[in-house]
Amino acid sequence: MKDNFLKGFFKENPLFTMLLGCCPALAVTTTVENAIGMTLAFTFVVVLSNLFISLININEKIKELIQPVRIAVYIVIIATLVTVVEMLMEAYFPSLYSSLGVFISLITVNCIVLGRAEAYASKNKPLNSIVDGLSMGLGYGMAIIMIAFLREVLGAGSITIWGSAKLSLIPVFNFLRIEPISFFVSSPGAFLVLGLILGVIQAINNKKVLKNKNKRQSKKEVK
Amino acid sequence: MNMAQVITILISTIFIENIILSQFLGICSFLGVSKKRSSAIGMSISVLVVIILATLVTWLLYNYVLVVFDLVYLKTIIFILVIASLVQIIEIIIKKFAPSLYKSLGIYLPLITTNCAILGIALKTVNYGYGFGTMLLYAIGSGIGYFVVMYIFSVIREELEQRNLPKAMKGIPIALVVASILAILFSRYVGIAPKVEDEEEALRETYVIENDIVEDENIIYYDHNYEDLNI
Repeated sequence: MKDNFLKGFFKENPLFTMLLGCCPALAVTTTVENAIGMTLAFTFVVVLSNLFISLININEKIKELIQPVRIAVYIVIIATLVTVVEMLMEAYFPSLYSSLGVFISLITVNCIVLGRAEAYASKNKPLNSIVDGLSMGLGYGMAIIMIAFLREVLGAGSITIWGSAKLSLIPVFNFLRIEPISFFVSSPGAFLVLGLILGVIQAINNKKVLKNKNKRQSKKEVK
Repeated sequence: MNMAQVITILISTIFIENIILSQFLGICSFLGVSKKRSSAIGMSISVLVVIILATLVTWLLYNYVLVVFDLVYLKTIIFILVIASLVQIIEIIIKKFAPSLYKSLGIYLPLITTNCAILGIALKTVNYGYGFGTMLLYAIGSGIGYFVVMYIFSVIREELEQRNLPKAMKGIPIALVVASILAILFSRYVGIAPKVEDEEEALRETYVIENDIVEDENIIYYDHNYEDLNI
């Protein structure tokens, strides 16, 4: 259970290892607040879609019945959940809803949700599926909050957590005699930040592979 | 709609508000299918066709069915189902009438259903409340914008494959850095044509200002500053 929960953060992180869900990761990461809002909406959808899809697949008869059209069934379930999120956000967080814009609706076609439904939830028990959804949702959230943090600190010199809970880093910037680089908040900055983060991750992975190789070689030598 | 407006919308959707580099729609296919020039062209042509047809159908459906029956909240569900079935229909038609085309484009069509560019543009035209002509131009411009960026990017990536790069940056990371540079180049087109929304807003503002002037004419007579200036 613990492994099942932790896998979404590092080992199988949907954004960093599988490059799924790039569109919102680049589009809504201008402030930390937007990224947190996206994380909440996304986790809600992926957890509940995993739950419902695993519940459908428990019954063998229903499973056989929907087998030829299962993708369509999954998409309808996901789209319904997305509509629920949209309506809740529009009612309770109107400013967040307007700043996230069309990307709330686009959770429907996010490859992670459909991929988890097909690869995990349709074969596993409801409780495991919920944990898997939480792991994927929060792992993805961690990734986009990281990108948003870098972009907002470097680009605007502030950290907006929620609404008016905003931390300004302008005094620090003034102390260091530098200015925020607004390039990072603009769209080219998003590509650059994601590219550099992926580069760092690839470098770490390369080092790990190299270490394992060395270990194996030294073991062979010992034998 | 005159010629100047048509060109304005096309230029702003192809270059300034580019669907990939500025609106971040369809990034998955942008990174996934751009390794080879031929596959990038195939994918872009399918996206161009599907984006125009899907936007047309969903716009008509939204304005003449969903709005009439007050079912606007169902738009996400209806749109994704319409797009999925539309893609299926296109696939069947192409298979029947143009088997050679099906062989080259067939593999990309099923992928398009979950391409967020299609659903994104369909939802955006509806959310902004565009008219029929604007909607059609917006869809065509977005499709062409996708094609242009995909082609340029695939050519650059083919070159990058043969270069000696640091191991850590090989593959996707360097591709994203290239995309960033491309995005800078494309965003430099700002100023050629005003944004579609900006233009509408500007029109509204001038209208408001004109109204103010008309109302202000009565006030000027009582304005004491006017006399002060003469002294």
